[in-house]
Amino acid sequence: MSTAVGAPATPIDAPRGVRFPHVNYLNANYGIKSWLLTLDHKRIALLYLASVTFFFFLGGVYAIAIRLELMTPAGDLVESQTYNKLFTHHGVLMVFFFLIPSIPAILGNFLIPLMIGAKDLAFPRLNLLSWYIYMAGGIITLWALLSGGVDTGWTFYTPFSTTFSNGYVVAAGLGIFVNGFSSILTGLNFIVTIHTMRAPGMTWFRLPLFIWAHYATSIIFILGTPVIAITILLVALERLARIGIFDPALGGDPVLFQHLFWFYSHPAVYIMLLPSMGIVSEVIATFSRKNIFGYTFVAFSSIAIAVFGFLVWGHHMFTSSQSIYAGMVFSFISYAVAIPSAVKVFNWTATLYKGSISYDTPMLYALAFIGLFLIGGMTGLFLAALGLDVHVHDTYFVVAHFHYIMVGGALMGYLGGMHYWWPKITGRMYPEGWARFAALVIFVGFNLTFFPQFLLGYMGMPRRYHAYPVDAPVWQVLHVMSTSGASIMGVGMLIPMVYFIWSMRYGKFATANPWPATGLEWRTASPPPTENFGTTPVVTWEAYEFRPMEETEVIGPGDTPAQPIDGMQPTDGKNP
Amino acid sequence: MATHEIAATHHGPAAAHAAHVPAEHSAHAALAHHFDNLEQQREAGSLGMWIFLAQEVMFFGRLFLAYVIYRTRFPEAFAAASNHLNWKLGAFNTAVLICSSLTMALAVWAAQVGRTRRTQVFFMALTGLLGATFLGVKAVEYYDKYRDHLIPVRGWFHWEQPLSANVSEQNIQMFYWIYFAMTGLHALHMIIGIAILLPIMYRAWKGAYSPEYHAPVELFGLYWHFVDIVWIFLFPLLYLLGAHYAGGHAAAGH
Repeated sequence: MSTAVGAPATPIDAPRGVRFPHVNYLNANYGIKSWLLTLDHKRIALLYLASVTFFFFLGGVYAIAIRLELMTPAGDLVESQTYNKLFTHHGVLMVFFFLIPSIPAILGNFLIPLMIGAKDLAFPRLNLLSWYIYMAGGIITLWALLSGGVDTGWTFYTPFSTTFSNGYVVAAGLGIFVNGFSSILTGLNFIVTIHTMRAPGMTWFRLPLFIWAHYATSIIFILGTPVIAITILLVALERLARIGIFDPALGGDPVLFQHLFWFYSHPAVYIMLLPSMGIVSEVIATFSRKNIFGYTFVAFSSIAIAVFGFLVWGHHMFTSSQSIYAGMVFSFISYAVAIPSAVKVFNWTATLYKGSISYDTPMLYALAFIGLFLIGGMTGLFLAALGLDVHVHDTYFVVAHFHYIMVGGALMGYLGGMHYWWPKITGRMYPEGWARFAALVIFVGFNLTFFPQFLLGYMGMPRRYHAYPVDAPVWQVLHVMSTSGASIMGVGMLIPMVYFIWSMRYGKFATANPWPATGLEWRTASPPPTENFGTTPVVTWEAYEFRPMEETEVIGPGDTPAQPIDGMQPTDGKNP
Repeated sequence: MATHEIAATHHGPAAAHAAHVPAEHSAHAALAHHFDNLEQQREAGSLGMWIFLAQEVMFFGRLFLAYVIYRTRFPEAFAAASNHLNWKLGAFNTAVLICSSLTMALAVWAAQVGRTRRTQVFFMALTGLLGATFLGVKAVEYYDKYRDHLIPVRGWFHWEQPLSANVSEQNIQMFYWIYFAMTGLHALHMIIGIAILLPIMYRAWKGAYSPEYHAPVELFGLYWHFVDIVWIFLFPLLYLLGAHYAGGHAAAGH
C-alpha cells in the first residue's frame, strides 16, 4: 500500500524520450513574444524572477562596496559623498526592487493559482501589466542612480531630500512611485483571486498558510503602497516647485514626511516578512511530516501582523520630536506585534516536536529563518523600548536588527522557497549536496556579517558613516569581521545562482511531488501545464494531512534516479 | 492507496457560486478562459474595483490628512485663502458632477435592463460631456489663479490681499499648494475617467453590453462615482471653508 498523500491524479500520457515528455507551460510555445506577451501567471513569475535577480545582484554589488570601504577606519576608498550614494542605492534597490517584490511577485504569482486550484490569477492582463510597470519603475530608478545618483538614504527624509540634496531625487522618486503601482496591482490580483477563484472544496481553512500569508501581504500592498506613492510624489513636486507641504518656510512640517513615510515603510517590512513566513510554514510542515500546529492561529497571526503593522510606525520616530505619550502608545503596540510573531515561532517549533524531520535544503533555510528571525525580532523589541532606543538610535544596532529581519528572515525564506518549489517551477531537481553546502555558507556568512554590527552599534558606531575612529581598534576588528562575512555570504549567494542555472539543463527530472508534500500544487505535473490542472480539482481534504511514511519515502529526492515524467509518483514503492 | 482523489468537474471555484449559475452562461463570448462562468468573472471584477477604490482612498487620504493638519495650524490663513477661491464656479462644478453621476447611473441601468445601444451611448456621452464641462470650468479657475500669481511655485506666488498677524503669505501659499495638489489629482482622475469611457462607449455602440454582460459599464460607474464623491468632499473643504470667518464671501469673486 502506498501511503502517499500527494498522489498525482492527472496522469500525463505523453510519449517518453523527449526532454519534457508532457506539454507544459515552458514548452507550450517558444519565442521572445510568447514570453513578453504571456498572460500565464507562471511565465510572468519567471519574468519577475529574472528581473528581480538582476536588481538583487546590483544591490549586492553596492553592499560589497560599502563593506570594502568600512574595512579601514579612514574613509579612503570612496569620498563621503560617494559613500552616501552607495548606501542609498543599496537600500533603494534592495528594498523597493528586491525584497518587496521578491516572494509575492515570483513565488506568489507562480503558486497562488496552483495552490487554490485555479487556472490563473483573476486578472492575467493586470498581472502582465504589473511586470511592465515594475520594469518601467526599475529602469527610471536605474537611470537616476547611474546618471547622478541619490544621496538621501532610502528613506528620503525631508527637508534634505526636498531642498538640499543635489542628487536625482525626482527621477529616483518617480521610479519608486511607478514601481508602487506594480505592488498595488499584484496585491489587488491576489486578494481577488483568493476570494473568487478557489477550487470547489477549497475552503478558507483548507488554504495553505502560504496563501494566508499572501492575503495579509496583499492587504498591506493595497492600503500601504498608495501612501508611499503619494508621499514620494509630494516630495518630487516640492523639489520641482521649490516649495511644498513639508517646507518649514511655508509653515510646513518635515516630520509629517516621516509619519507618512513610515506609515508605509514599517508595514513594508511585513510585506517582506509575511510571505517568507508563509514559505516557512509550508516547508516546516512538509519536512517534519506533520500538520502545522495550531493552523488557525498561524493563519490569523498573519492577518494580525498586517493589522498591527499599520499602527506602529511611530517607533521609528522616538527621537524625532514626537510626543512622549505618542511614543508610549507606539512602543506598546510595537510590543504587541511580538505576540502574533511569537505565535508563529512557537507553533513552528511545536510542529517540529516529534516530527519526522529531514534536513533537505528548504528545511535548512526554514530552520535558519526561525533562529535568525528570533534574533531580529527580539532586538526589534529593544528598539521599540523608548529608553534604549535613544541610545542605539541610528547606530549599527539598528542596521544589524533590520538585516536580521530582511536578510535573515525574508531572504532565507525566499531562498528556502526557491529550493522547495524549484522542481515544480522547472521540472528539474537542483543538486542537493551543493545546495546544502550553499545554505551553510550563507548562514555562516550572514551571521559573521551582521552579528558584529550589534556590538558595533551598542558601542556607538553610527550608521551611514564611511569613517570611524582609529583609536578604537575593536571597531575595526568588528568591521573586518563584518566585511569578511559579507564576502562569504556573497560567494554563498553565487553558488545557488550557478547550480540553479545548471539544473535547468542538466538537473534530474523532478517528479510531480518530489518531497512529497500535500498541497494542490504538487498534484499536477512538474512543470505544470499552462492551465495548471487537467480538470478543476475538488478538494476533500484538510491542509497538511500528512500520514506516516514508508521507508521508501524517507529517501530524499536527490537519491532517486532520474525519471521521466511518468515516474512522477515518487512514492509508488517501485524506487529502491 | 491515495487517500484523496481529484474528481473531474466543470463547475467553478467556490462551488457555491457555480451551483446556481445556469450552465449556458459559460458560453458567452466575453467569458475569459480562466473563469468558469460570467457570474464568477463579474464577481472578480467587482471585488477588484472595490479594492482599487480602497487604495484610492488611501491615496487621496494623505492629502486630506495634510489638509486637516495645516488647516488646524493656520485657520485664519486658510480661511482667507479659501475666500479668494471662486465658490460660484466650484458650486456649478459640483452640480455638473452630480448630474454626471446621475447620467452614469442611467447608463449602467440602460445596460442592465437591456435598453437599446443608442440609449446606452446617449447616457455615456452625456456623462463624458459633463465631465469635460467640469474640466473646462476647472481650467478657467486655474487660469484665474495663474493670472493672479497664485500658482505656488517659488518666485512666482504673490498674494495681494491684506495680511495680518495670523495670516502670512507663506501659510496662504501652503493652502494653494494643497488646493492644487488635491484638485489637480482629482482632475487627473477625471481625465483618466473620460479616457476609459471612450472605448466603453465604442463597445456599447457595437452592442457589446446586454443584461447578461455589462460588467465594464458597471465597474466604470463605480470609478466615476468615486471620483465624484472625492469632489463632494473637496468642494466644501476648499471653497466654503472660509465662509464662517469674518468677511465671508465678500472677498470672493474677482
